[in-house]
Amino acid sequence: MSENVSTATATAPAAGGTGAAGATLLRVEGLTKHFPVRGGLKPGGGGAVRAVDGLDFEVRAGETLGLVGESGCGKTTTGRMLVRLLEPTGGKIVFEDRDITHAGRRELRPLRQDLQIIFQDPYASLNPRHTVGRIVSMPLEVNGIKPPGGVKRRVQELLELVGLNPEHYNRYPHEFSGGQRQRIGIARALALRPKLIVADEPVSALDVSIQAQVINLLRDLQRELGLAFVFIAHDLAVVRHFCQRVAVMYLGKIVEIGDRTEIYERPRHPYTRALLSAIPDVTQLGPAGRIRLTGDVPTPLNPPTGCRFRTRCWKAQDRCATEEPALVARDGGAPVACHFPESGELR
Amino acid sequence: MSLSPVEGVVLAETTPVGEDPTGSDREFVGRSPGQLAWARLKRDRTAMISGAVLVFLMIVAIAAPLIARLYGVGPNDQFQDRLDGNSMPLGYVGGITGDHWFGLEPRLGRDIFIRMVYGMRTSLFIAFAAALITSAIGVVLGILAGFLGGVVDAVIGWITDVALALPFLIFALAVVPTVALRFYGPRDEVPAAFQVAVLIGVFAAFGWTSTARLVRGQVISLREREFVEAARASGAGLGHMLFRQLLPNIWAPILVSFSLAVPSYVTGEAALSFLGIGILEPTADFGRMIFQSIPYLQTDPAYVFFPGITIFALVLAFNLFGDALRDALDPKSSR
Repeated sequence: MSENVSTATATAPAAGGTGAAGATLLRVEGLTKHFPVRGGLKPGGGGAVRAVDGLDFEVRAGETLGLVGESGCGKTTTGRMLVRLLEPTGGKIVFEDRDITHAGRRELRPLRQDLQIIFQDPYASLNPRHTVGRIVSMPLEVNGIKPPGGVKRRVQELLELVGLNPEHYNRYPHEFSGGQRQRIGIARALALRPKLIVADEPVSALDVSIQAQVINLLRDLQRELGLAFVFIAHDLAVVRHFCQRVAVMYLGKIVEIGDRTEIYERPRHPYTRALLSAIPDVTQLGPAGRIRLTGDVPTPLNPPTGCRFRTRCWKAQDRCATEEPALVARDGGAPVACHFPESGELR
Repeated sequence: MSLSPVEGVVLAETTPVGEDPTGSDREFVGRSPGQLAWARLKRDRTAMISGAVLVFLMIVAIAAPLIARLYGVGPNDQFQDRLDGNSMPLGYVGGITGDHWFGLEPRLGRDIFIRMVYGMRTSLFIAFAAALITSAIGVVLGILAGFLGGVVDAVIGWITDVALALPFLIFALAVVPTVALRFYGPRDEVPAAFQVAVLIGVFAAFGWTSTARLVRGQVISLREREFVEAARASGAGLGHMLFRQLLPNIWAPILVSFSLAVPSYVTGEAALSFLGIGILEPTADFGRMIFQSIPYLQTDPAYVFFPGITIFALVLAFNLFGDALRDALDPKSSR
C-alpha cells in the first residue's frame, strides 16, 4: 500500500513551491495504535479502541501536510505517536532514514531536536509556575545544550522571532493572552531548531483574528527556517490556507490524500465531499449543495467491515462491506480509499 | 482569509497586557504566583496577627537559654523555700511574684514560666521535625504514585491504607516503651534526645499518609497537562518532569498541609506526654505539665491555666495561619 502512496505523491508536485524538491523527512508505514479497553475476565478481554489503524504517508522537508477529519478520527493520536508521546501498537515511523518506532529515550535524544510538537491548548501547555524564559529554555536545559551567547540571549532571539517582546523573559504565562501564549509554545518548539513540527490543532483554541496571526507566523517561520509541518486541524479553511498537501482521516484511516487543489477542488472520496460541503459559505444561503451525512461515526471499538465509511455512504454497495478499499491512485487522481470514487469538480 | 489587516493587530497584541496605563511605571515587573500570594497574605489581617504570634512564640522557643539567663532562673531550679507545708506555692494565684511571673509548681517548686519556655522548645522542635519528615516522605511517595500510576500507585496505596488502618494511639502506647527497652535497660535513664527521636519516628511512620494522598491527587490532575507532555517531547527525564515541572505546581497544597500538620503534632505530642509515653522528666514539656497539673485543678488553677492557654494560642495561631495561607495561595477556593 505504501508504495502506491509514495509513487503517487512523487508524481504530484508540491503546491505552493516552498521547499519543493525536499527529500523525504518522515515516512510512516502502517502506523497503528490500539488502546486496550478494561473489561472482561482476562486482561485485554474488553477489546481495543482502534484509534489509528494503518496509516501510510510521508512528509518532505519544508512541506506542510494537513491532517483533517472530525473529532475522534485519530488525528491527535497520530500526532502524538509521531513525536513519540504515545507508543505505536504497530507499523513504522522512519525519520531521516532511521526507524524511530520503538527507539528508547537515549536513542531519541538527538531526534528530539529535529522533531517537536505545538499543542492545542495554550492554557495547559505552559507551566504556570515557570517564567517565559524558563519555559522556552526548557528544551535546551533538558538536552544540556549551551547556545553560543548564553541561554538568555537565545531565548530572547526566539521570543523576537515569534513576535513577542524579548523583555517578557521574566514574566509568567498568566500575564499573557491566548495568542501570546501560543507564541510562547511555538518559541519553545523552535528552541531546538527542529526540522519537523507536529502542530496539534495549534489555533483551534484561539479567536478567529488571532488564528490568522498565528497561522501567518507559522507560515513565515516555515519560509525562514525551512520547517516541515504536520498540521492537525479540523478547520478546513485553515488547512486550505496553510497546507500544501492534505490527508483526510476517517475512523483511524486515511481515506484520501493529495495536493491541496486536488482535495479541495476535485475531491474523490464521498467523505471528503461531505466534509467540504459542510464548510459554511456566506455567499450561499440555504442548504444548497450540502451533503448531509446520516447517523453517527461507528465506534472504533468495532469498526465496520470493508470500507469504514460505508455505514454512512450514499454510494455503498455490497462490495463495500466485504472488501476494504486500498488507498491507491485511481484514474490519475490523488490516492483515495474508495471503490466508487467521485469525479469532477466540487459544486 | 485576508492577511494584511491583521498586521496591525500583531503589534497591538505584542504590547504587554496589564501594564500601568499611565505609563509611569516603565520598569514593568513580572510578578510570580508566589509574589502575588505574598501580597494577598499581607492584606489578610488574620494572617498577619496569627503569623506575628507564631513568630513571637518561635523566637521565644529558640532563645530559651538566653531568656533563662536574662530571667535568672533555670528550668530545673527548685524553690522549696517558697512552698508552704503542703508543698503548695505561697502567695496568690499559684505564687506569682516579680521573680516568678507565672508562679511555681506545687511540690517541686520549679518556675512555671521558664519551664513553659523550654516546653515550647520541645513541642515546636518535635512538631516541626515531624511535619518536615512526614511532608518529605508524603511528597516523594505521592508524586511517584500519582505520576507513575499502575503497580507503583497500587503498592503505595496499599501501604497508605495499612498505615491509616493502624490505631495510632494503641500503636504508640505499644511501641514507644518497647523501643526504649530495646536500647536501654528498665532502670537506665533514657536520654531526652532519644525520647524525642522515638516520638518523631512514631509521628513520621503515621503522618505521611495524608500528604501522600493529597500530592497523589494533585499530580494525577496535573500529569496529563500538556506542559508535562511538552517536557517529555523535548526529551526530559523522570526527575525533570517530577521535580521541575510538577512540584512547583503543588507547593501551595503542600505548604498548607505542612502548616496544618504542625499544630496537630503539637497536640499529638502533648497527648502522648499526657499519657506518659512522651517526653519524661526532667525535660520540660507542655503535655506533661498539663497532665501533672490536673490534680491541682481546684487548689492551684494557675498551674493548669498558663500551659493550657499557651498551647491553645499556639495551635489556634497555626491553624488560622494555615487557613489564611490556603486562601492566599489559592484565591479561587471558596471559603
